Amino acid sequence: MKPTDVVEKANLRDDTPEFAAGDTVKVHVRVVEGSRERVQVFQGVVIARRGSGVSESFTVRKVSFGVGVERTFPLHSPVIAKIEVATRGDVRRAKLYYLRDRIGKAAKVKEKRD
Amino acid sequence: MANKAIVGRKVGMTQVWDADNKVVPVTMVEVAPCRVVQVKRPETDGYSALQVTYGRQDPARLTKPKLGHFDAAGVEPGRRLVELRLDDVSDYQVGQELKVDLLESGELVDVTAVSKGKGFAGVMKRHGFSGQPASHGAHKVHRKPGAVGACATPSRVFKGQRLPGRMGGSRVTTLNLSVVEVDPERDLLLVKGSVPGPRGGLVLIRDAVKGGK
Repeated sequence: MKPTDVVEKANLRDDTPEFAAGDTVKVHVRVVEGSRERVQVFQGVVIARRGSGVSESFTVRKVSFGVGVERTFPLHSPVIAKIEVATRGDVRRAKLYYLRDRIGKAAKVKEKRD
Repeated sequence: MANKAIVGRKVGMTQVWDADNKVVPVTMVEVAPCRVVQVKRPETDGYSALQVTYGRQDPARLTKPKLGHFDAAGVEPGRRLVELRLDDVSDYQVGQELKVDLLESGELVDVTAVSKGKGFAGVMKRHGFSGQPASHGAHKVHRKPGAVGACATPSRVFKGQRLPGRMGGSRVTTLNLSVVEVDPERDLLLVKGSVPGPRGGLVLIRDAVKGGK
């Protein structure tokens, strides 16, 4: 245990589901517009998870109107309302940066079969 | 000069979320309650300051002069004696306890500590020189300082020329860091940003002397 954990613990969230690189997730993001707050969903493939503790983050990639969009979220950020796991991916890497160089069907991640 | 000051120990860095859900990098400082051993006043000492100690120390480990100093003040011996320079010490008494609740969140503070020693450092690290090219005929000079002055006039190197040498290990003050959180229960203080010195090092915290804007 690190000595800074006493402060970190209060900043961690305990409602994050288990997910890993290759999984398709729906990230419900709180967006503040003026005084109104609404929830936006960002759906895509998790291509990386990095860090530990309160600074852990993950990157979600999706292709929107033919343009690749990647968003990196701090895992414990209060901006995230909810994380839903849509599908589990079958991958052999922890970081799926190779998806950036692929287009169309080649950029698809195989679904995990149990 | 400062109106209030306290002694702490740097614990390490972490991050917290602010009201806008943004990340705030913070340094955690453990501020153990400290006791005033001596009040230095302008009339008697020529300047005003508080001499404080913190923690507990086995009296057998202290020299007799030090023990006598604690005994005369009627204060339990602590780990060290630290002097905190203040503007006005008329409100303080010997034996008084200073705690972290002296400070409040949102306040600006200055943090003083001895910086991490870097050893004998070259000019690139020590003074931020650009160094020299990696190629185009540069030979074994990539991190060297280059010329240090002119030729026959003045036929010497000017004083103050920046050269390699010992870096770090000096007393450094970081000004105007804001206090993010004060936790009197656990004697903790969270200060936004970084603080000089290694983890476990002694830090002096005072209210910001140039902070009023």
